[in-house]
Amino acid sequence: MTQADLKAANRRLLKRLGFVIVGMFGFVYALVPLYNVFCDITGLNGKTSNEAARVANVQPDLSRTVVVEFIASVNESMPWEFRPKVSRIEVHPGKTYRVNFYARNLTDRAMVGQAIPSVTPGQAAAYFKKTECFCFTEQRFEGGEGRDMPLVFMVDPALPEDVHELALSYTFFDKQKLTRLNR
Amino acid sequence: MNTATTHDAHHEEHQGGLLRWVFTTNHKDIGTLYLLFALLMFIVGGAMAMIIRAELFQPGLQFVDPQFFNSMTTMHALVMIFGAVMPAFVGLANWLIPMMIGAPDMALPRMNNWSFWILPFAFTMLLSTLFMEGGGPAGGWTLYPPLVLQTGNAFPFVIFSIHLMGISSIMGAINVIVTIVNMRAPGMTLMKMPLFVWTWLITAYLLIAVMPVLAGAVTMLLTDRFFDTSFFNAAGGGDPVMFQHIFWFFGHPEVYILILPAFGIVSQIIPTFARKPLFGYSSMVYATASIAFLSFIVWAHHMFTVGMPLAGELFFMYATMLIAVPTGVKVFNWVSTMWKGAMTFETPMLFAVGFVVMFTIGGFSGLMLAIAPVDFQYHDTYFVVAHFHYVLVTGAVFAIMGATYYWLPKWTGHMYDERLGKLHFWLSAIFVNILFFPQHFLGLAGMPRRIPDYSIQFTEFNQISSIGGFAFGLTQLLFVYIVIKTIRGGARATDRVWEGAHGLEWTLPSPPPYHSFQTAPEIK
Repeated sequence: MTQADLKAANRRLLKRLGFVIVGMFGFVYALVPLYNVFCDITGLNGKTSNEAARVANVQPDLSRTVVVEFIASVNESMPWEFRPKVSRIEVHPGKTYRVNFYARNLTDRAMVGQAIPSVTPGQAAAYFKKTECFCFTEQRFEGGEGRDMPLVFMVDPALPEDVHELALSYTFFDKQKLTRLNR
Repeated sequence: MNTATTHDAHHEEHQGGLLRWVFTTNHKDIGTLYLLFALLMFIVGGAMAMIIRAELFQPGLQFVDPQFFNSMTTMHALVMIFGAVMPAFVGLANWLIPMMIGAPDMALPRMNNWSFWILPFAFTMLLSTLFMEGGGPAGGWTLYPPLVLQTGNAFPFVIFSIHLMGISSIMGAINVIVTIVNMRAPGMTLMKMPLFVWTWLITAYLLIAVMPVLAGAVTMLLTDRFFDTSFFNAAGGGDPVMFQHIFWFFGHPEVYILILPAFGIVSQIIPTFARKPLFGYSSMVYATASIAFLSFIVWAHHMFTVGMPLAGELFFMYATMLIAVPTGVKVFNWVSTMWKGAMTFETPMLFAVGFVVMFTIGGFSGLMLAIAPVDFQYHDTYFVVAHFHYVLVTGAVFAIMGATYYWLPKWTGHMYDERLGKLHFWLSAIFVNILFFPQHFLGLAGMPRRIPDYSIQFTEFNQISSIGGFAFGLTQLLFVYIVIKTIRGGARATDRVWEGAHGLEWTLPSPPPYHSFQTAPEIK
């Protein structure tokens, strides 16, 4: 191989390796939508739907009892009080229940909050149907205002047999600090 | 850079003075720079470890505040991984790969200069964060959000220094690949290459595949913090767990980047002192390639506890255990190479045999951690700390030290002090076990990592571990002394240096001329 040949061969290989590097950098960003799609299908990350579910004509399964626990927390930059009125109820799949969460703005200025839900175990998320939820919209609280917020839900009777307990967790975030919502 | 000068200097010996080191494009000079830089960072990272062990000598808070303690564990990891072990391997690659494959230099010498000289800037920036408002990064080297996003002013500097380290090692990896693929001497077929060259070729491919992934992940952290993106912010529709997936997709290949070249080094040293060719050369090559491939599909074993479906836990558990097969092939090949060999135990061989024994201990604790149901107990405890220090200190670092003793006579033309070398090995081997072995027990008993305080029942084992740590740290000053002494003088080394040494680098004089293999040797 002459010097010129070697230079050309080096340049060719360099270009190919460059493509790999750029490709892998792009791959990381491609992973983000891929991960979301994958989680939507598998329910891996416990995200529940952000739209009201329609649950007409579901036969309640009174022979089965599932424990639902509620957890409420606020993001560290959120000076609110936030808690469920009941922390734990036993439900029959297919039956609709209504529970309340209480939140109070501890500051003296108006604030807008957004609650983000998450269900554990993750694979149960797809079977947790909410027909009405304060998490569907942003919540505006005047300074010092406190009120109850409703959640109406049903556990789908198709919930896998080995799930006996599930936990629904809400975290309240300060809406002003969120300029962008992915969906 | 001054291209005219470097081109002219190509035909002379070299420029004098300090600027020689700044402008150099010579693979031997750059190899030396990398190795000295790695040694310096090894001392810096080691000093941080001493602070950690001093604080953990007793329960309660003694010397440092918890925030600083956590920034010590974080910085110790970043400095040792990206500043000591990786540059040391790149330095060895620079020195040895051209000489081993009969090439005159690395394929892209100017890029080689650049990839080294980025590093001092990267680490100056990283270490300077310790003096910034809010302190250095303290969320662990894994940089998990949302915790890492609470880092103070240091945050963007940490991210940019990681970008620089990534660019540096990508350029180093490109250079290794192009050199090995295009610059082998006639007759040096792929399956005739020394194993150090093979393992580095595979390592280089791992590097270009995963360093961009790390760069992407930390860039997302940066934009989440400063530009209101929500990659890892649950409030904006993101998911912090996704960071862990992306990070470990980089992180697991990364741990093989830190060990594969060590496999190569040990595969060079053991045949020399067993005076037998390496047992199962081609199986070694295939085993290395299999380990590299498997490293891409096991990442979630670092995050068994995030709440994965059972199928995921099982897949990552079995895939992880599968890695024990090619690794076992390697260990048995090294043992078979020694079997009925005419062995002598000079310092490099002591380090190589120490590597085989203690790396295997680390491998076995890795297998224990791979078992998903029990990992829930071991997760984030000192058991994990003990595991990865066995594979990284008695694995990677011991291999680098063995390599230093093995090739230092070739590089400098002087023999090192064998008596001191053996002393260094035995002190290191004893104290490293006093340092890390008790941490297995601490972890099994439930002591969590990255916490400056602990409950009093852990005191004895922590004190034993700290004493081992201080002694191991002091012992490494002996290593620095031996290396400096050998560079400055010593008995003349022969060209072959070791009776059983084979390979092109041993056909050159000791020290090799500034430009070697200007005309390619013929390999039969």
